[in-house]
Amino acid sequence: MPTMEFEGKQYEVDEEGYLIDWSVWTEGMAEVMAKQDGIELTEEHWEIIRFLRSYFEKYQIAPMIKILTKEIAKTMGKEKGNTKYLYELYPAGPAKQACRYAGLPKPTGCV
Amino acid sequence: MAKLPKPEELSKIDYKPPKTGCGWRETPVQFKEGMYCFGSRPKYLEEVGFPNAREWKPNEEDWKLPENWKDIILDGLKERLEKYRSFRLFMDICVRCGACADKCHFFIGSGDPKNMPVLRAELIRSVYRKYFTPGGKVFGQWAGARELTYDVLKEWWYYFYQCTECRRCSVFCPYGIDQAEITMIGRELLNLIGCNTDWIAGPVANCYRKGNHLGLEPHAIVSNLEYMIDDIEEITGIRVDPSFNRKGAEILFVTPSGDLFGDPGTYTCMGYLMLLHEIGIDYTWSTYASEGGNFGFFTSMEMAKRLNYKIYAEAKRLGVKWILGGECGHMWRVVHQFMDTWNGPADFLEEPVSPVTGTRFENAKTTKMVHIAEFTADLIKNGKIKLDPSRNDHLKVTFHDSCNTSRGMGILEEPRYIIKHVCNNFYDMSKNATREKTFCCGSGSGLNAGENMELRMRGGFPRANAVKEVKEQHGVNMLANICAIDRAVLPTLMDYWVPGVSVCGTHELVGNALVMKGEKKRTMDLRLETLPGMEDSEEEE
Ligand code: SF4
Ligand code: SF4
Repeated sequence: MPTMEFEGKQYEVDEEGYLIDWSVWTEGMAEVMAKQDGIELTEEHWEIIRFLRSYFEKYQIAPMIKILTKEIAKTMGKEKGNTKYLYELYPAGPAKQACRYAGLPKPTGCV
Repeated sequence: MAKLPKPEELSKIDYKPPKTGCGWRETPVQFKEGMYCFGSRPKYLEEVGFPNAREWKPNEEDWKLPENWKDIILDGLKERLEKYRSFRLFMDICVRCGACADKCHFFIGSGDPKNMPVLRAELIRSVYRKYFTPGGKVFGQWAGARELTYDVLKEWWYYFYQCTECRRCSVFCPYGIDQAEITMIGRELLNLIGCNTDWIAGPVANCYRKGNHLGLEPHAIVSNLEYMIDDIEEITGIRVDPSFNRKGAEILFVTPSGDLFGDPGTYTCMGYLMLLHEIGIDYTWSTYASEGGNFGFFTSMEMAKRLNYKIYAEAKRLGVKWILGGECGHMWRVVHQFMDTWNGPADFLEEPVSPVTGTRFENAKTTKMVHIAEFTADLIKNGKIKLDPSRNDHLKVTFHDSCNTSRGMGILEEPRYIIKHVCNNFYDMSKNATREKTFCCGSGSGLNAGENMELRMRGGFPRANAVKEVKEQHGVNMLANICAIDRAVLPTLMDYWVPGVSVCGTHELVGNALVMKGEKKRTMDLRLETLPGMEDSEEEE
């Protein structure tokens, strides 16, 4: 299994770089992953990562996009509650890129 | 991950067989990135008790197989030859007429001769001849036989995961040889030594543990549906109120979990919620039987049976009379062809009768499971729902028959009948690319992963071409379907080959057109997008 190095320790990731164990995640890992994609994480990015983490803790799965946009609209204002805004922050797709930074596994099945 | 070539490059397809200097039987398989899926991680195999759970990579030399892998495969082959007469027949009767050769979407999209159905079957047939026929044992390659080697095994894996089990080839075969069943058995054999894909094994493990491919837990299912219900309220002013795990309901509703999670499946799901509310039937969702689809079917019959079991078990526990199923593809192949003999007879259920129209669904006499397309078409036919198709006037719709519902069970008219009643602009694609001759989405049978995108775009090329034709002729901008995998994969396919065409489930269109009692004036469609001509009325509110 591939690994990612963080602060001198190796962490297991899958073939696409998603962390295998979401509970070992720390904020610094998100910074490292983003840097590799050439993204500097801003407060806006963090809002989403934090929401994803807290949602996952409760539901054991990443939220569907509908939930993500609605919750973002609630906390950050209506003009940000849409997929366009999410794609501006995470060009490779909020479901994929943001989940990866947040240390969550990728959803599977008919999706 | 492999970079996906541009459409201009990918559409240059070379149909000349490669010059390799030796026959196809000796040409070892080349693993090309983008054309295959990751091998399954051990965790998923362990969770369902599949053999040989280990870390492995398909493109690496050593697949870490058990020492006696060859015996396992040959014993497995023997067992299946005895068990499935159809399989034995398919191994024996091909006359190599070639009628199927250019009918496979993967051959059309790749030009790789090993994607000709006849040759795909020959991959396994050659081994069958070697070990199970007198001619092959004695005359070897002169009788079209070959040894089962490591290379042959790898070739099996590569090409049985380049077949979507779509059955298109069988429509053209004078003997009805069904390559889909040959592929299924090929995959089953590979499964015996742990050669699976991650994208299939993951959903299988999830479904086994949590009841659905995505691994949605009960509170996540309810919460997801509640967000959809909020949207329905915003659009119609009506709050629908479905029940969950309710004992004594008349009907159990089961749909693929993709509808509960991914767009545009969620819009289809909103359509179900609205329709079932409007007709006021006594039905319940289940958070246990929360998956109609069955990725187990892409590993082995036994696994498919294990995963399918919960549907009847839940129907029994809740004491419902019959089961209504959502828009899914392979779910219905399993229901239609296998469920009854695997986990039936479900004689604790009743022969389904629509509580609204009184129609008896005789086709579902044994399985007790009705497809929602049949159910809704019957409602429309009997004038039981009020529809305003003009709300879909901004759409020019065509319909993609999913392989499983069309070739697998003959649902051809019902979805078209529905669409024609809920939309004013419907244009069918070429008759060579629809109904029983439909072209696969290119990503079915668990090939809808991300890492095999080139394969998916190649396999979907014929489908996309047919869509392109109706787009150019009629301005089609919406590709409707009745399958969750379609809804998941066709948007990517359209963006790649035919940008400007969106994808929807048929019940999304129903939800748009459905006139609900006491609803407010509709200004938005189910995607919360403003309906054309309603821009002003929205501001008034
Ligand atoms: S059409 Fe049927 S008989 Fe002819 S080559 Fe194909 S599988 Fe064989
Ligand atoms: S079943 Fe479909 S994918 Fe498989 S060989 Fe036949 S046409 Fe090709």
